[in-house]
Amino acid sequence: MKIKFVDTGFKKATTLIALIVVALTLLLVYNMATNAIPSIQKLGARFLFTSTWDPVKEDFGALPFIYGTIVSSFLALLIAVPVSLGIAVYLAELAPQFIRQPLSFLVELLAAIPSVVYGLWGIFGLAPFLRSTIQPFLSRYLGFLPIFKGEFYGVSMFTAGIILSFMIIPTISSVSREVFLAVPFTQREAALALGATSWEKIRLAVLGYSRSGVLGAIILGLGRALGETMAVTMVIGNRPEISASLFAPSYTMASVIANEFTEATSNMYLSALIEIGLVLFFVTLLVNITARVLVWKVTNKVEGGIRE
Amino acid sequence: MNFYKKRKIVNRLMCSLAFLCAFLTLVPLLSIFGYVVSKGITSINLDFFIHLPKPVGESGGGMGNAIVGTLILIGLSCIWAIPVGICGGVYLSEFGNNKLGTIVRFTADVLNGVPSIVIGIFAYTLFVVPMKSFSAISGGFALGIIMIPTIMRTTEEMLILVPRTIREAALALGISQFRTTISIVLKTALPGIMTGILLAIARIAGETAPLLFTALGNRFWQRGLTQPIAALPLQIFAYAISPFDDWHRQAWAGALVLIVMVFLMSFISRFVIARRYKFLRSS
Repeated sequence: MKIKFVDTGFKKATTLIALIVVALTLLLVYNMATNAIPSIQKLGARFLFTSTWDPVKEDFGALPFIYGTIVSSFLALLIAVPVSLGIAVYLAELAPQFIRQPLSFLVELLAAIPSVVYGLWGIFGLAPFLRSTIQPFLSRYLGFLPIFKGEFYGVSMFTAGIILSFMIIPTISSVSREVFLAVPFTQREAALALGATSWEKIRLAVLGYSRSGVLGAIILGLGRALGETMAVTMVIGNRPEISASLFAPSYTMASVIANEFTEATSNMYLSALIEIGLVLFFVTLLVNITARVLVWKVTNKVEGGIRE
Repeated sequence: MNFYKKRKIVNRLMCSLAFLCAFLTLVPLLSIFGYVVSKGITSINLDFFIHLPKPVGESGGGMGNAIVGTLILIGLSCIWAIPVGICGGVYLSEFGNNKLGTIVRFTADVLNGVPSIVIGIFAYTLFVVPMKSFSAISGGFALGIIMIPTIMRTTEEMLILVPRTIREAALALGISQFRTTISIVLKTALPGIMTGILLAIARIAGETAPLLFTALGNRFWQRGLTQPIAALPLQIFAYAISPFDDWHRQAWAGALVLIVMVFLMSFISRFVIARRYKFLRSS
């Protein structure tokens, strides 16, 4: 009797605490939404499609920030996706056994570096390097393209995209590697038995089989890039302008919150910043759910072979 | 014959490209390491650990208050996030095989993906606005929210690995499920849970964004938990974007301390504890 009493109490207590987590998440959405209401009511959809950012007149348009977030994240994906897939293929398929563990640990260390340290390195290490080496090269040979036009001061969309790509490589590569390892061995053996070379084996059996999982890994990386704040804030230049050139300074949604939140004196200003946070929240939510579903589909698909 | 040769060349090419990618990633890692160590080590001395920041123009001074501040913030977030995380994990593994469990699991994943700056805004609306002051408590709350999903999911995973037979043996002896879970299941999985906690701490130790408008930063020693508090990452950020060379040097030294702290925790969790824990996996 006593045991039963203790056990039901135990179950109830843990359930309650687990529900706290759900409650906190709902409270997060509720709190952000109620605080964003003044801005939503006053500006409506104009908020997302105009580019004036004038705290004095209380006229806010978030378009430059949305543009900055999207372009910097896609630039990061452009660099990170091929490299991460290369790492994942190497670690899952090609590397000798004794290299796999240490190498994957080193790649994961890249994820452990705090983003403020990335930012510091970006300001004093990467930006001067890009300015002295990469930018003159790009300007000379590809300068006719609008994306490589104009002056380059070190802080720019270009620098932010590169730093972001380093930060999302560990995410994309470790999830893709997991997805590759979930591919049944019979698939690989079938390809090899048909006389495929090892690259053909990877292309046909591994990449073909895990396509949706890899897409999930990429989207997961995108989710990380969209919300990244500090490193980007430190190297993107923080200027709310939409410019075709990647060498121009820009601004992202997360950085405008980081820079201006404590300076926001009026309620309207604060509310506009919180609305940006709310938009960021829903976008990353959507991105993360899509990614989870895609990855889950592959890692839980066991038919057609024995899982490793 | 020609076709065969082409296939072989493509194979060689793609395999070496994959190899190249893997080793190319080490370049930024080594570069960051090189910069932090070479620029940070020259400014590290005893003063750095025990002194307050000096005003602009005076050289010397340290980040003593920021280091203490970071430790206080970590402590504050652990106080509430570890119990909540572990209890949540126990719920998921022992009673969570139902609809509610799926909802909790899903919410934890959602929370894990929320950008840390958004969590900062949440802590701001929940603590800073009603208290009318930036405070250590609000910072600890924000960091705790970031820790919970990690602790919860690792606890769940580790508890699931504990063999069912062990639980059944305990229950068959007439021990209550409460006692079985606490003294047997949790105890067996403890090293794994510790790994999760250390990883979570390593993650929040370097977080800056959620502290910007909760902990705010402070140039003096801490007086109370309802006051703004200094933190190492905040101090690094403030110094990095300042125009003074002396502050840049201090920022590098701070980055070195921070990175050593974070790597040490990742390293311990990965090697020391994971080694001791291997017996569970094999059983």
